[in-house]
This record gives sequence, structure tokens and C-alpha cells, in this order.
Amino acid sequence: MYNDSKNTMPTTEAEVIEYLKRHGEKDMLRFLTAGSVDDGKSTLIGRLLYDSKMIYEDQLAAVIEDSATHGTTNTDFDPALLTDGLKAEREQGITIDVAYRYFSTDKRNFIIADTPGHEQYTRNMATGGSTCDLAVILIDARHGILEQTRRHSFIASLLGIRHLAVCVNKMDLVDYSQEVFERIRSDYEGFAAKLEDVDLHFIPISALLGDNVVDPSENMPWFQGGTLLYYLETVPVATDRNLIDMRFPVQYVLRPDLNYRGYCGTVASGVLRKGDEIVALPSGARTRVAGITTFEGDVAEAYPPMAVTVTVEDEVDVSRGDMLIHPNNRPHVGQDFEALVVWMNDEPMKLNGSYLVKSTTNLVPAAITDLHYRFDINSLHRLDADTLNANEIGRVAISTHRKISFDPYQRNRSTGCIIIVDRNTNATVGAGMILDREKRAAQPVEATAEPKSEHIRREASTVSADERRALLKQKPTTLWLTGLSGSGKSTIAQDLERSLFDRGQACFILDGDNIRHGLNRDLGFSAGDRTENIRRVSEVAGLLNDAGLIVITSFISPYREDRAKAREIIGDERFVEVHIDTPIEVCESRDPKGLYKKARAGEITQFTGIDAPYEAPDAADLVLQTADTPVAESTRQIIAYLQDQGLLKA
Amino acid sequence: MVMYNFSHLQQLEAESIFIIREVAASFDKPVMLYSIGKDSSVMLRLAQKAFHPGPIPFPLMHVDTTFKFKEMIAFRKRMQKEIGFDLLVWINQTGIKRGMNPFDFGSEEHTRVMKTDGLKQALDHYGFDAAYGGARRDEEKSRAKERIYSFRDRFHQWDPKNQRPELWNLYNNRVNKGESIRVFPLSNWTELDIWLYIMQEDIPIVPLYFADERPVVERDGNLIMVDDDRLPLEPGETPKMRKVRFRTLGCYPLTGAIDSEADTVPKIVQEMLLTKTSERSGRVIDSDKSASMEEKKREGYF
Repeated sequence: MYNDSKNTMPTTEAEVIEYLKRHGEKDMLRFLTAGSVDDGKSTLIGRLLYDSKMIYEDQLAAVIEDSATHGTTNTDFDPALLTDGLKAEREQGITIDVAYRYFSTDKRNFIIADTPGHEQYTRNMATGGSTCDLAVILIDARHGILEQTRRHSFIASLLGIRHLAVCVNKMDLVDYSQEVFERIRSDYEGFAAKLEDVDLHFIPISALLGDNVVDPSENMPWFQGGTLLYYLETVPVATDRNLIDMRFPVQYVLRPDLNYRGYCGTVASGVLRKGDEIVALPSGARTRVAGITTFEGDVAEAYPPMAVTVTVEDEVDVSRGDMLIHPNNRPHVGQDFEALVVWMNDEPMKLNGSYLVKSTTNLVPAAITDLHYRFDINSLHRLDADTLNANEIGRVAISTHRKISFDPYQRNRSTGCIIIVDRNTNATVGAGMILDREKRAAQPVEATAEPKSEHIRREASTVSADERRALLKQKPTTLWLTGLSGSGKSTIAQDLERSLFDRGQACFILDGDNIRHGLNRDLGFSAGDRTENIRRVSEVAGLLNDAGLIVITSFISPYREDRAKAREIIGDERFVEVHIDTPIEVCESRDPKGLYKKARAGEITQFTGIDAPYEAPDAADLVLQTADTPVAESTRQIIAYLQDQGLLKA
Repeated sequence: MVMYNFSHLQQLEAESIFIIREVAASFDKPVMLYSIGKDSSVMLRLAQKAFHPGPIPFPLMHVDTTFKFKEMIAFRKRMQKEIGFDLLVWINQTGIKRGMNPFDFGSEEHTRVMKTDGLKQALDHYGFDAAYGGARRDEEKSRAKERIYSFRDRFHQWDPKNQRPELWNLYNNRVNKGESIRVFPLSNWTELDIWLYIMQEDIPIVPLYFADERPVVERDGNLIMVDDDRLPLEPGETPKMRKVRFRTLGCYPLTGAIDSEADTVPKIVQEMLLTKTSERSGRVIDSDKSASMEEKKREGYF
């Protein structure tokens, strides 16, 4: 039963010895299974264990007996009951924790982290996935991609799991339809484009009936991609290890007698060799590797995940928590870093609360000093937040009381992961993945009414505003065009700019897309980023007005409050709010950039009018209906308005 | 290019050594529970490896129910002599005063008093804050969810809903006074891995694992070895010599033997590959009800 069905049982003693050796020499794949509550996760695992002959007869007998009371299927036995262990969860019919399962075939040994699909158990999936190389994502063929599918895929990718086996399950319930499978595959690929560095593999299966799990399906001759088990047996994972950056966290200092001092530890990454020049962090002391000791004798080199004992040539002060590294390949050493944190406790995260952070073999007091944003893990939107609750994920800044050595998680899983422990309850309350600070996008500076320093004073110019007006023969004004994407803002702005220029006016357009290429390239489309976008544009428009220019802005600027702020910054007397009032149906039918289509398909999110609000002006200075109006007419109306208000000479 | 391959068994070994060192480095007073069985023998070897060339820096402890097989006690003495570890033996004296035995009090009561209560007494007596155990997750369904560091409250109780999440290899060692952890360095090993390791490393194990002629009686489908004269024989019951061996070892009246010809490790493995019953079904105490192990765990049984 430990064997793949294709194997023949060893019969002679020599064959058994050979069999055992082969078993020990096979490599190991750790994978997790994720799916929504009824996607059939437990059933799939039960099927893998059953079809690969991992189930003992007495366990099977117990399951068949249990099927009568707990079974949720109408078939003779419910494979899910092979894996559901705790009584309470069996009674609820759901898995409530991470359970580990073991099986092997003649190719590989496997450890399955069986993780729950239930809404509040994001933390358990993070737990199960932290040690995995691969995730099996289950999708119910009848329902396609659900919020939880996105969530599970997102968490898997956050945890650095590179290989995703996307199993479209319950194909038997959709008549083994290739069309259904292809549609789900295409939906998933669209969504997965946002995930970093993942290797996707799609398989249509029926876990309950066994199609394409261990044995190829006779019901889906159109699928030639191999079974799930075949993929699990063959996907290469050894190359996922980091063999470049040598990191040896010292775990235990061995001093059996005065003549021997050894540093026990497990190589986290890279290759350590006898004779290597090494640096002990954080002290920076240099020495050489005198020897690498194991129970079997000394070895010339050690690589992950070998557990060895290192002796060094010089007397240096090294203790648990220190890290041995090569001098020319250093991790970050410091007290401040940023991390994506999965919150795991019912008690919400407390900014500047009393925590401990464990990183490699260090456990240090630490504070979470800032929460930059929280992810809506279903949409991947970044949201403003004051705290993280259980099962929420956010980007935080952490400050430790002592220096630690770390790497970005994306580069080094072993030295980039942390757990957060509550100092009062001792509970593990969070798990984090350290981010690469070099690559991070600058955080928007919070807009304040006053400059950050009190030493800043305004300087007066010797050229007055009146002199500039006289030189340019115009009243500097900002024409603030607001409206939905596709309402005609840019088209009108360009036509207007041309007309004003041809009339001898010095004018300039501030365009949303252009500004986001430069000045505002660090900003996204969250509410906070949109507000900052508009604030900066207002400041620029104000400066250009100060310089004497007429400014035309072309921004969706969906929030009333932001436009009110813009008016305040630029000055009421210079600010003309023009509402380009085009119905969304018309905008969507125009769709000049194809954005509505993408938004409807879920490829872009927080799109104004689709999944983000547009607050139309209550009292715009000018409202233009563009649905049946030529551009030239809109331009004419704006110029007429400016002339009426005395802002433009007739 | 050098691939730096690392086999499945090497990975398991390295992971266990990491855990054993981590506990020794971060707890005040650890102890290794030594049950004398094959898993304990593997765990002992891993502890030797973890601190080589030094000695094992914590004591081993055997909770003796006084009904262990004689050969187990002899083996324990032999190992202590050969390896030279510190050994503590704990017998629940309250149980002894009550004349505790599995025949008059039943297997459940006997196990609870001599094993579960005895273990708690010993941990309290010495003030151990971490206890290594040789349990594996593949042994039994409810163990599949057990943590590597299994947190116990002041009453040594395990609450399946209040275990700390365990990520990567970052184990949380924080406990308050009186609280403790049970730590399972062999969590990810399977029975086959254990046997392979025993063979590959030539690890000594109690001879009861190997088939031999032994005096047994048959009761309720179990073969019980008559290890001493404390086993009351039912009317008409006479011990018969049969070639048997044991898949697990515990109290002799509570541990069923199986008919077997396997007298070497490869033969045991071969038999195991062909056998159709899982490991713990040889233990009389487990057949009470299907989730009984979980109830014992809640009370503090390993």
C-alpha cells in the first residue's frame, strides 16, 4: 500500500533492500490543496491516497462505516472521510485546520498540506503553504472562479509558491465539457496575470470518480495534458532552491569541552565550503571555516537544507541568532523593514503594540510602526486601513529592537520569513514576508495643510501677477474637466487647447495619463492614491496659473471632495469646473482605450463607473452634454462661457 | 553543474535535527520521552547526531507502567550503557499504591493512571517545559493535524482549536510558567521511513520487533504474550508457543502480536508492504471507538 499500483511488490530480501533504498533516495514534493468549501478538496486527497494504494483496509472499513453517518455523497464510499480527522470538523462536514498527509509513488514522496477553504481560515492556508513548493487550486467546474479561488491563488503566490496546479473538478457534473474547461482556464489565466512569477498547469478532473487524478480519464479524450499525479511526479522543484546567497543562521553553540566550539545550524541558502572566508553578522567579525562536522564525519561543503556544525579558525564571538555569510554577498542588516503580513489572531493588530518577531533563529522585541495598506484579497485592491483583523493581509513597517539579518522573501524564503508573537499572550499572531525595499514604490506623502518643516517660508517674486497678465494678455484660469473615462475630456481638451492657442492664448493641458507617466508614476487607483493624484495636479495647475498660463486639466477626478480641494488650492477665482456629462452607456460604447471591456472582464479593477464611484458635481460652472454634440460645439460653449465671465477677451 | 541533490530521507533527518536543536536552544528544561520503541530509537539517534561531537544535552525519561515487556527494560538498560545518556525512570506511585493493573481496572484506567497521569506527574515534578516525543502524523487520523510544537496548558491539556499556527521553520517557543510543549521531531516521517532509517543506520531495536517463538494466548482476536505470571489466564487458556512479532510495543497485556516469519528488517518491511492492517490496530486501547485517540490526546496522552 505504500507503493504505486504500477509497481510490483518486492518479494526477495534483496529486492526489499533495493526497494527501501529507492524509497529513501527519491526526492520529496510538499504541496498544498486549496479550494472553496465544496470544491472537493478532501475528496481529491482521499482519491490520491486511495488510488495510489495508500489506504489500509481497516481504515477503509472505518470510512465505509462512517460514510453511513457522515457521508456527503451517494457513492459507495466518500473519499473525503479518509482525510477528515477531528470529530468536531467531521460533524460540521468541513475541515477546520491544516492536516498533513503522506504518500509516495515510485517516482516521488509527497507531503500534502490539506488546508481549508472556509472563509475565515486564510491563516491556515498560509500556515500550510509556508513550506510548500506547489499548490493544487481546486475549482468547481459548475461555478468557475470564485472569490475564494482568487484568494487562494493570491495567498499561494504571496507565499512564494511558484507552481500552481489548477484542477477544474467535478467535470462529471458538466458532462466532461471541453468548453467549460477552456472557459475556466481562460478566466483563470486572465486573473493570474496579476500574480508574480507563477507557473500554471491546468487539468480537468473528477476527484469523486477518479478522472485524471491518478488514472487518465476515458471521458475526456480531448485532454492530453497528463493526470494530476503525473504532474506532481514530474514538476521540477529542486531548482527552486537558492544556492547562491550563502546564509548560515547559527542555531546552537556547541561547547562540549573547553577545546571545542562548534556552531550548529541548518544551511538556509547557498553553499558553505571548508576554508571559505566568512563574516559573522551582525558583529562583522571575519574568519575562515575550519571544518564542517556531521555525525558521519567531516564534509567539504554544506548546502540547503543540511544540518551541520561549523568550526572556525579564529576566536570570534558568535552566538545563537547570528548569521554566517560570505563577505561579498551580504543580506540586509538592520532594525527596520517592510513586510506583507497575514494576521492570524482574533485580536486585531496594534500599531506600536508589544510584539516579538522571529526571523531565522532570532526572537527579538519589535513594533509594527505603520500599516501602509490592506489588501482586499478577493480583488487584490489596496485599501486604506487602520488595522489588520484575523485573516487580513497588509503591508506594514516593522522596527526591531536589535539588528537582524534578512533578505527579501522573493529572493530567499528562508531568511525572508518572519512570525509575529504577542508578548502578552505568547500567541503567534502574524506571519510576514519581508519586501525588497530597493524595489518598493514610493509611498504617497500624506498631504498636510502645512509644510513638514516650520522653517519653510514663502519667497516673493519681483514680477507681479498683473505684470504677467499684461505680458501674456490673458487671465490665467484652470479649466477643470471632470467626467467618466470615455466621456470626451481629452478630445475636448485637445480641441480647446488648439482653439485657444490659435486665438493667441498661452495654454497647456495637464492630462491624467501623461501625469501618471512621470510626476505621479508612484500612484495607483486606490481612493488614497486618487486623492493624492488630484492634489498634486492641483498644485501644478496652480503654479502654471501663477506663471500666467491657461490650464486645461483632463482627469476623471471622481470625488467631489477632491475637486473642492483643487478649487481651494488653485483659487476660486481661477477655477472653472466643467462637467463633461456623458452617460456611462455612451462612454462604454465609445471605449476608446478598451478599458471598459477589461474592467467588465475583471482585468482591471477600481475602474470608475464599474467598480469605483463617480460623484457628479452638484453645481459645476459649466455642464456639457456630449452624447450628440460635435467636439467643436463643446469647445465653442467653453469659450463662450469664458468670455461671458470676462476670463477671455471676446 | 553540481545539483546538490538531497534525498527524501536526508531531508527528513535534517528537519528533525533542526527541530531537536531548536528546542534545546530555546527552552529552559527539555526532556526526551523515551518509550523504548522503534520510533524512540530513531529519535535517540537523531539527538546523538544533532549534538555530535558533544553529548545529548538533556535527559531521557521513561514513564514505566510496570507492565512493559521484560525485553524492553533490558534493552533500555543496554542502550543507556552503550550511549551513556542521562536516564530518568518514572513510575506513578499513587497507581502502585492502588495496585493498578490492566486486568482488574481495565486497559483504559490502567493506561490513564500509569501512562497519562504518570507522565504529567513526572513533567510537573521535574519542571520540564518541553518534552520530545516520537509520534508521527501518519500514525492515526487525528495526529495528521498535530503541530510539531504542540502547546499544552498548565494541566497538560491539548486544545485542538487553540494551537499556534506553525509556519516555515519558525517555531514559537514562548510559554508561561507551568505551561509546556510536546515536540514531535518525527512528525513528517512515515512508518516506512522509520524502517528504512533503522536499516540504513543500523539502529538497534528491541528484539520483540523480530519474529520468534513466544508464549501467547489468543483473546478477542488479539495474540497476547504471556510475558510473566501476572497475566491471569482464563479457564481453559494455555499459552502456546507461536512464531510472532510485535508491530508496536507498549504494555504487554495490551499489545497484540502478529503471526510472522519476519526476523530481519527487510523481511519486516516486506511483510508490512503486504499487510492489510494499519499500525495502531495492534494496540488494544485504540479499538474502543474511532476517535478515541483524540480524546486521549485532549487529556494529555501522547
